[in-house]
Amino acid sequence: MLIQTRDLVKVYQMGAAQVRALDGVSITISQGEMVSVIGASGSGKTTLMNLLGCLDQPDSGSYVLAGEDVSRMNRDQLAHVRNKRIGFVFQSFNLLPRISARENVELPLQYAGRKDTHRAAAAALEAVGLADRMHHEPAQLSGGQRQRVAVARALVNDPDILLADEPTGNLDSRTGEEILALFEDLNRQGRTIIIVTHDAGVAARCARAIRMKDGRVIDGPAKG
Amino acid sequence: MLFVTIVKSALKSLWSNKLRSFLAMLGIIIGVGAVIAMLAIGTGTQQDVLSRIQTMGTNRLSVRPGQGHTPGGVRGDDVQTLTVEDAEALLAIQGVNTVAPMAQGSAQLKYQNNNSRSRVVGTAVTYLSSNNFQVEHGRFFTDSEADRNARVVVLGSEAAGTLELTRFDIGKPVKINGLNFEFIGMLKAKGGDSFFSADDMAIVPYTTAMNILFGMDYLSGIEIQAKDSNKMKQVEEAIAAELRKRHKITNPDEDDFEVRNQADIIETMSGVTKTFTYLLGGIAAISLLVGGIGIMNIMLVTVTERTREIGIRKAIGARDRDILQQFLLESLIMSALGGLIGMAAGIGAAVAIGRFSQDFNPVVTAQSVLLAIGFSAGVGIFFGFYPAWRAAQLNPIECLYYE
Ligand SMILES: Nc1ncnc2c1ncn2[C@@H]1O[C@H](COP(=O)(O)OP(=O)(O)O)[C@@H](O)[C@H]1O
Ligand SMILES: [Mg+2]
Repeated sequence: MLIQTRDLVKVYQMGAAQVRALDGVSITISQGEMVSVIGASGSGKTTLMNLLGCLDQPDSGSYVLAGEDVSRMNRDQLAHVRNKRIGFVFQSFNLLPRISARENVELPLQYAGRKDTHRAAAAALEAVGLADRMHHEPAQLSGGQRQRVAVARALVNDPDILLADEPTGNLDSRTGEEILALFEDLNRQGRTIIIVTHDAGVAARCARAIRMKDGRVIDGPAKG
Repeated sequence: MLFVTIVKSALKSLWSNKLRSFLAMLGIIIGVGAVIAMLAIGTGTQQDVLSRIQTMGTNRLSVRPGQGHTPGGVRGDDVQTLTVEDAEALLAIQGVNTVAPMAQGSAQLKYQNNNSRSRVVGTAVTYLSSNNFQVEHGRFFTDSEADRNARVVVLGSEAAGTLELTRFDIGKPVKINGLNFEFIGMLKAKGGDSFFSADDMAIVPYTTAMNILFGMDYLSGIEIQAKDSNKMKQVEEAIAAELRKRHKITNPDEDDFEVRNQADIIETMSGVTKTFTYLLGGIAAISLLVGGIGIMNIMLVTVTERTREIGIRKAIGARDRDILQQFLLESLIMSALGGLIGMAAGIGAAVAIGRFSQDFNPVVTAQSVLLAIGFSAGVGIFFGFYPAWRAAQLNPIECLYYE
């Protein structure tokens, strides 16, 4: 089991009111799966992804990633897990402006303390079909190309999981389709992929959907 | 992350905000420049003062009558405790090279229609060499003239100037307090001595001063030249011991004389000028501090502006200390670069002040430069630390969704 969570709870304080963004989420995801997390806006998808991606810690519950209990880790250890085991793809790309595509892809390698960052970053960009755009800055790239750079950056440290939050949300349907095809490709090569989406069409491309409502999983059995 | 990578990315981000980075650096530039220039002025003044004092000779001691230790003790010319015999006895002390009995006062000098109120120093022949005076024209008086109360006078350059006496007037009669004296020589100007003008005086034999001019049977002081300027303390003590023996004093607190050392004067003066230097440096250091606050201000703005970037970096694996290093390095580079430019500006200012001002001769010392650069680096780290620490502590999620 690559991912196993038990009763994850995350509560946000909004003034006097408490919002239970996650209200006891228990899921398991195996190595090599391509899973969607689907639900209405505000159902807790992003909150779940933040916890799965070790960007945040649950208020209660446990999360075991590749055999390690990450819900007990300190900030430095979490940073290490994010660097080595997790690759993020965001709706809004989240590339650093004013540096080239290759320099963006080099960052996770640099935080990993690697030295041969040029070559590895170039290879990752080549793998997403952007060998000829390496020296372009994000502003000089189309939305689809930016998301490809983000995917290259997510993959460059060879992570266990690719976590994508609404990866096609800012793209037109044709480029969105290209990105989904890229994900399917990566999944066929054995990469575990979790796509957060509110788009049923996107969810349909995944082997399994985890449905969320009001911070809970409503039905999660494998479909098809 | 490799250090070179952090430096590169820090330089890149400073460069992408050129004007802002420069303005933040400006405070440090001005601060470092001011510290170096002010310390240079202070040090220059200090050296000026010391070299002026040193032209008076470093191996000199002087004995003055009166109780020097007791505050408000009796001093000055009406204390009649030192005698010619005292002076003669001091010559026998080991380590004493020359002894000049001093009988001085103020008197009216007159030549033709020119008057001058000047200091008249009655002394012995040895006074000339022990005070580094040189006769420029004519001659100094002799021992035998001193023995027979000869009415001869040697004038300082300034006193001679006031009386409009030149080297062609040597041999002419000059009136001191109405009595005729023969003008036998003129001293070379010492200049540069602003405490008391060594050039505005008249020198006569001490016998003449005591018996004819001022009618006193005591001395107003004794000037001693020691053989070795490294043994001033021993000689000073030997002199005090001899005088106590002669004056039958057992308790040093009851001394009716005071021995002063040239080194004491130098010490006092260098103490004063050092304080002056520190004061100037301290005022300048405040501007360096203000510069540091400027850097802190800019870095806080930068951190806020780059919240999103911080979130992205954390999401892909940056640890708190990676973020800390990155921002700390940016402020460190600004203050170090500002320090270097400020150093050039400060040295330039010191050189310019030296060239265009008569009053100051600034001296830039390596210590002052190191101090200013070190201080500016310290300012960079100190004031850069808080913004960088804040950046490092930010929550990645809040940063990622920050608009
Ligand atoms: N930082 C936060 N502070 C307060 N409430 C939050 C915060 N993040 C999310 N929430 C709340 O938690 C709930 C779940 O949000 P989220 O996980 O973003 O849902 P989704 O991604 O499914 O739209 C929502 O009600 C949202 O308002
Ligand atoms: Mg969301």
